[in-house]
Amino acid sequence: MTGRPALDYTPHSETDVRELLEAVGAGSVEELFAEIPAAVRFADELHLPAGLSEAELMAELTRLAAADCPASGLVSFLGAGVYDHYVPAIVDAIVSRGEYLTAYTPYQPERSQGVLQSIFEYQSAICELTGMEVSNASMYDAGTALAEASFLAGGQTRRARVIVSEGVHPEYRQVLATESAGYGPRPETAPLAAGAATDLALLQGALGDDVAAVVLQQPNVFGALEDMAAAARLAHEAGALFVAVVDPVSLGLLAPPGEYRADIVVGEGQALGNPMSYGGPGLGFMAVTARLMRRLPGRLVGETVDAEGRRGFVLTLQTREQHIRREKATSNICSNHALNALAAVVYLSWLGKEGFPALAELCARRAAYLRERLLELPGVEAYTAGPVFREFVVRLPLPATRLVDALVPRGFLAGVPMSRFAGAFGAVAAETPSTGAPSTGAATSATAADPAAGGNAAAAALDDVLLLAVTEKRTREQIDAFVAAVAEVLAGHGEARGGSSVLSESGPAAEEADRA
Amino acid sequence: MPDGEMSTACREGILGREPRLTIFERSRPGRGAAATPALDVPDKPLDEVVPAALRRTRPARLPEVAEVDIVRHFTNLSALNYGVDNGAYPLGSCTMKYNPRVNERAATLEGFRGLHPYQPESLAQGALELLYTLEGWLCEIAGLARATLQPAAGAHGELTGLLLMRAAHEARGRAPRRIVIPDTAHGTNPASVIMAGYDPVAVSSDARGGVDMDRLREIVAEGDIAGLMLTNPSTLGLFEEHILEIAELVHGAGGLLYYDGANSNAVLGISRPGDMGFDIVHFNTHKTFSTPHGGGGPGAGPIVVGEELVPFLPVPTVEKRDDGTYYLDHDRPRSIGKVRTFYGNVGVLVRAYAYIRALGPDGLRRVSERAVLNANYVLAGLRDLFDVPFERRCMHEFVVSATPLREHGVRAMDVAKRLLDHGVHPPTTYFPLIVDEALMVEPTETESRESLDRIVEAFRTVAREAAEDPEMVCAAPHTLPVRRLDEASAARKPVVRQRFPEDEGAAAS
Repeated sequence: MTGRPALDYTPHSETDVRELLEAVGAGSVEELFAEIPAAVRFADELHLPAGLSEAELMAELTRLAAADCPASGLVSFLGAGVYDHYVPAIVDAIVSRGEYLTAYTPYQPERSQGVLQSIFEYQSAICELTGMEVSNASMYDAGTALAEASFLAGGQTRRARVIVSEGVHPEYRQVLATESAGYGPRPETAPLAAGAATDLALLQGALGDDVAAVVLQQPNVFGALEDMAAAARLAHEAGALFVAVVDPVSLGLLAPPGEYRADIVVGEGQALGNPMSYGGPGLGFMAVTARLMRRLPGRLVGETVDAEGRRGFVLTLQTREQHIRREKATSNICSNHALNALAAVVYLSWLGKEGFPALAELCARRAAYLRERLLELPGVEAYTAGPVFREFVVRLPLPATRLVDALVPRGFLAGVPMSRFAGAFGAVAAETPSTGAPSTGAATSATAADPAAGGNAAAAALDDVLLLAVTEKRTREQIDAFVAAVAEVLAGHGEARGGSSVLSESGPAAEEADRA
Repeated sequence: MPDGEMSTACREGILGREPRLTIFERSRPGRGAAATPALDVPDKPLDEVVPAALRRTRPARLPEVAEVDIVRHFTNLSALNYGVDNGAYPLGSCTMKYNPRVNERAATLEGFRGLHPYQPESLAQGALELLYTLEGWLCEIAGLARATLQPAAGAHGELTGLLLMRAAHEARGRAPRRIVIPDTAHGTNPASVIMAGYDPVAVSSDARGGVDMDRLREIVAEGDIAGLMLTNPSTLGLFEEHILEIAELVHGAGGLLYYDGANSNAVLGISRPGDMGFDIVHFNTHKTFSTPHGGGGPGAGPIVVGEELVPFLPVPTVEKRDDGTYYLDHDRPRSIGKVRTFYGNVGVLVRAYAYIRALGPDGLRRVSERAVLNANYVLAGLRDLFDVPFERRCMHEFVVSATPLREHGVRAMDVAKRLLDHGVHPPTTYFPLIVDEALMVEPTETESRESLDRIVEAFRTVAREAAEDPEMVCAAPHTLPVRRLDEASAARKPVVRQRFPEDEGAAAS
């Protein structure tokens, strides 16, 4: 018995191949490639493993997947841009439909009304969330969307610098810096004050008539809530645009950027109905004021009518784009994350006008609860002043990585140790603030003015700082169990410092995690 | 909102049965789908959680719809769309091949889709192994040393590759400005060149559709050459016969060669870009390795490079320890940095892995052989109807010109729209720019003989109709949910978001 040795998605039988070759006047398949110079013909066979049947393939992939211990299967408090929200069944049902999944970019609008209308609805939902007038069809991620925002601001103002708060996610800033190597305004950072909110006094000092844009994130990467309105005012007074980087779920509860007069809004949209997928694909979103519409990068869908007056949707303002303008385009981007945007709009429709704010409020309340409970533990201290949304940092009496490793075998992912971003903060205040309003006092400013000194202090200061996020999937029961587990580890750590060795440096927890 | 608010714009609708409404227009106060988990933590005044001054004062006007209505809405919308799952999609340069369903199943394994990018590496060994292995395969297919899987799309790969080029020149102590691009190149090439801070210089094509070597020599002689970007086979579907000479010329001038891998589907296991002399290669996984296009994305645009460029690759790279474990290496001091947050479109890369793993070396080679065979077969069926600008053996796609139909007043665009009526997705039109009334056809290897015959038959019917009833062809499509759409007025008075009754007159302008 002989079947096919491996998967083969080409339909032809050998007879078909023979007859097709005859029809094209070729004696052999080899002859089809006769125009390739012999010197660049690959004479060898690719050194890849031999093909598989579907069952064998799934067995291999299942083995690989089983070697992972996904955050979704643990009690996870990980965040920093990617969040473990519940993805409803209808999202998977819709986005796996072949009509959406296997379509190309809608270049033929008459046969692409499904994806075009879904993008129009996505754009509308993003405008509603952000309070902005125009949203593009989505982008790759928050980092690239931020880079595009900077380029847009540079093009609009013809100015040379963009000032980015250190409260903006370090990876978004890294992407901006990389992509700005030869193009667009030069990114500079504005330091944080005590309380981990942007130091607005220093920001003001850095402004000038060569600043294209000011960028702040709300909530920022420490979970602190920024005074976005004040920052926007400073930017506008200097003739710069104001760019807000936002967590879309926060917009169920927090003021929309349109209200505080943001000119450009970008962010990571994974949390809107997309799985975490190790960080991608999610989607970047980007929305602007009406006056910036013609500078918007990426795809944009508009409503129109057909020859008989029927409603329809098309890609519009395409003269901004590379396939028309080539080197004069606003960006090289010629795609979006359409399927992820579809997931987002299905998700937002599912939550709806009442459900979306309810979800945001629930996350905020549970986050506030967890924060309170953790701050009751001996040695755990507040790091940011003021309220938070669903993500916050605390200072621990031990390195944050140690706590994370110790809790994995108990089934918890405790959060993101901020030390992973060491080096991203030139001037985070080294001391834990007392509660109360963020301070922009003289001492902090002095630290900030000396980035080298501040940087060293900040790097050391971040070792014991942990960022925790709370989604609606985290129940009170889980939170209470987590706090109890943290308390046990801290108690053990206290004893260890007293002489015993509950947690050794080699990290038995980490080894257990490897086996998990 | 009450019925009838949007009535002027949607008097007829989905398949003529009901008004074409948006999800927002299906909203009715008090309806909804999701249930919010009960509040199980102490109920404090909301002001104590987040003060009123920071909160929004009115909710986003998201739809209020029942779950069944959401499912029906998006299911009915999908019927207005067309994918490879529906039928032939010979859209040139886009490689609309079948997207195997098993790859979808692979990507939805919780061990991949449930991973958080910041979970400990010890808990992500399977994903890291997959990424590490995939990188090795891409290097083998390209014939180069190392890769980054970070770029999210082909255009993003181009920008990444050019930034790598920049870093390499800086390391050599040079700062050349000019990147040579053939006039047949994808529009992304010159746009990416600008975004990398370089100046694009176009080189014309010769009588055989290849790079005009005399012109290239002149451009190179003018100096300041940072590199050259080339698609091979070109967007004309022709293999660049002078590739080795081109590589020598550009390398001789200190430049680097960038391979736009959009057309790799023609040469898997048949000719490797590294062996052609390219230093930097991008693959579009959504073309060559069958990850679904998703209506415009997500894709992935991994970059493969030669030894000289390895130190500059984006961070982190995936590395393997002697003990067989995998880790992310962020400590690469000469790296250009990051081009995307986290590690790339991992969910897409899982599908690409599954595709390459399923086919193996024989299967990949068969992909290219049959892609080329199918393109030649369709070209043979259309040769007598259209102008064939370059009489050569085509690779995985070909370009013909619709100029013979001009005498009837029918243009390439009209052919495309009429093909829709005949159930075939049209080819790419008006590209590449150097061919008048271009129709660029790429059937792909996954079309059966019957399907290829249908494609040919549809073209032939349209050509016949163009002669017999040109007005009808120019008014096409006739059988779709909408007739030809007014793109000019859409651009003149853009309506780019839902208009609510209460803010009529406040639309973006």
